[in-house]
Amino acid sequence: MTALLERKWGVTDIGLEEGVSRLDPSKITKVINQVLNGEGIARLKTYVDTCIHCGLCSTACHHYLSNDCDPTFAPVAKIKNTLWEMIKNKGRVSPAFIKQAAEIAYTECNLCKRCSMYCPFGIDMAWMLSLVRRICHLCGVVPQYLQDTANSHAVTMNQMWVKQDEWIDTLQWQEEEAQSEIPSLRIPLDKEGADVMYSVIGPEPKFRAQLIYSAAVLMTVAGVNWTMPSFDGWDNSDMAMYSGDWEVMGRVKKAHFEAAMKLKVKKIVMGECGHAFRSVYDVGNRWLGWKMHPIPIVHAIQFYYELLKDGKIKIVRKIKEPVTLHDPCNVMRGRGLMEHARYVVKAMCEDFREMEPNREYNYCCCAGGGVINCGPPWKKKRVDSNKIKAEQLAATGAKIVITPCHNCHSGIEDIINYYKLGIHNVFIIDLLMQCIEIPEELKA
Amino acid sequence: MYEFVRGPLLWISFIVFIGGSLFRLLYMAMLAKKKDHTVYTYMSLKYGLRSILHWIIPFGSINMRQRPAFTIFSFAFHICLLFTPIFLLAHNVLWYESWGISWWTIPDWLADIMTVVVIIAGVFFFLRRRLRPEVRYVTSASDYALLIIAVAPFITGFLAYHQWLPYKAMLILHILAGEIMLMVIPFTRLDHMFFFWFTRAYMGSEFGAVRHVKDW
Ligand code: HEM
Ligand code: SF4
Ligand code: SF4
Repeated sequence: MTALLERKWGVTDIGLEEGVSRLDPSKITKVINQVLNGEGIARLKTYVDTCIHCGLCSTACHHYLSNDCDPTFAPVAKIKNTLWEMIKNKGRVSPAFIKQAAEIAYTECNLCKRCSMYCPFGIDMAWMLSLVRRICHLCGVVPQYLQDTANSHAVTMNQMWVKQDEWIDTLQWQEEEAQSEIPSLRIPLDKEGADVMYSVIGPEPKFRAQLIYSAAVLMTVAGVNWTMPSFDGWDNSDMAMYSGDWEVMGRVKKAHFEAAMKLKVKKIVMGECGHAFRSVYDVGNRWLGWKMHPIPIVHAIQFYYELLKDGKIKIVRKIKEPVTLHDPCNVMRGRGLMEHARYVVKAMCEDFREMEPNREYNYCCCAGGGVINCGPPWKKKRVDSNKIKAEQLAATGAKIVITPCHNCHSGIEDIINYYKLGIHNVFIIDLLMQCIEIPEELKA
Repeated sequence: MYEFVRGPLLWISFIVFIGGSLFRLLYMAMLAKKKDHTVYTYMSLKYGLRSILHWIIPFGSINMRQRPAFTIFSFAFHICLLFTPIFLLAHNVLWYESWGISWWTIPDWLADIMTVVVIIAGVFFFLRRRLRPEVRYVTSASDYALLIIAVAPFITGFLAYHQWLPYKAMLILHILAGEIMLMVIPFTRLDHMFFFWFTRAYMGSEFGAVRHVKDW
């Protein structure tokens, strides 16, 4: 077996340490063989047998580029240091090896799939590393903070241990706040037959309740017939997807889809979150046996685009400062909303500047894929591993960066602070609140 | 010896190459049917072909444009490697003698240049494996072996044609090298020659039909 890697950050994570201390080698072998011979085996075999070891995928990865082109951060190297060894040794690897595999799969890959656009064979490294996560999850070796969010999903059906009364309370609080601006504003709960069910991620009521306020204003101004569920299924996020706990992922997704069906809405509109979108559009639906999402689902970016295009909202003020846009992997490379986002942003901003590269080629924020959810122990490694993003941001000369995804948002915030970029970080809806017209008859 | 490599072993190598390749492809198709239905569910003819097209045209992808030297060597290598043996006059004469078939041929001077191109590109790949840390890190003995297996028929063919070394011995080595190459293709990473079309088409389908973006 090749020697284990030494990482300069030397992070210790109780989740990994204790998980590994409970592992015995026979369990490891059993788990690995179960996963690697399970569903997906044809792709896995083909990918591993076809990869010609050319290293062409390396420059796709922000971890590689940001860590001075250290070859151990190249996408193919991460496969070598996890799956190749597991396959070669027929699953007989040490607990220490599993710990390393967990560190690689959970903290050195954001599952952003940029490397699949760089590999001449289109090999899906991100998917293979999610299989490694699956193995680590089944071995019980998961970073502590990430495991905590998965536990929360399992117990409460939301990511942040929010209880139902707290949830309803938060919505009513935001409704009252917003009524000082628009007295007739309501956040309609459980309104059967509404056109739109609006769903958010668990951290919104917990830390960013202001966003719910903004969404309510937008819905009211645009005259949308909307509702939010008061019961489980309101949270569209899914960290179990990233921890490798696909059973819980399935339960969470099911609750979300079923909430919409119970309310008999025409579609779900989800807030500005990328991973949540991936979980309903690409991963969770497949686990549940749906080729695509079972009911129409619209991401916030597309929703804003449609409102603007249909004249439901009007831009009356423009942002004068230079603005740039971060393209979140899960809705750009994952769903192709590049031009929708630009339509909305350009309508609001006089001085819009592209990052290079942009659109589906954009560098990942290094927070997504559950990496930021691995928590404080890994923060320094995470921001060091996205120096390239800091350089990309600084090169635009923008004063404001729009980051229409929750994970990206927090990740970019950390990068701005760590590299002292002095850029203001906003969601699209934050700018919409400054730019759209609130009709006189609605105002207080 | 010459009789053996020219006779039975040639047959064996063709059978192993064709039979082995068919077996590998069919086996994978069935395995996917049984345990990996995702592949069939999301495969799209239109987007699969769209992706393949961009990746078999030189400089058709962003990564190829960012690495012009590699792209030129890679395409020169593959084109010459595939076309030289098929259109070489001497090979055609042999086919005609054995089976009474033949097709277009390229002049010997061109074949000579193409052979040298394969060898030079092989040297480029070899040096790249030694010198580029990210390639070297994932390189093992088998990668050098495959490179040698791929280039050996060209080196020996070149030497035999120019008769710099004993002709008969070189010719036997050349035929042997070609046969080894054919026989290992289905069972090594050289099978990328077949699987390329499927991995590319699958990722092209995911990116095109589901994600609505380019994958090149
Ligand atoms: C139509 C068939 C083929 C296709 C589409 C194909 C495609 C590729 C691709 C995409 C690569 C990745 C790196 C690059 O772009 O050069 C590659 C590498 C390579 N191919 Fe092929 N290939 C084919 C046939 C063959 C055959 C028949 C051989 C030899 C028997 C071969 C030998 C190699 C070798 C040795 C490399 C690795 C170069 C290195 O060391 O980096 N290929 N091929
Ligand atoms: S972070 Fe993105 S580019 Fe890097 S290995 Fe993971 S999926 Fe590939
Ligand atoms: S680019 Fe593709 S084939 Fe080359 S090393 Fe990376 S994964 Fe393997």
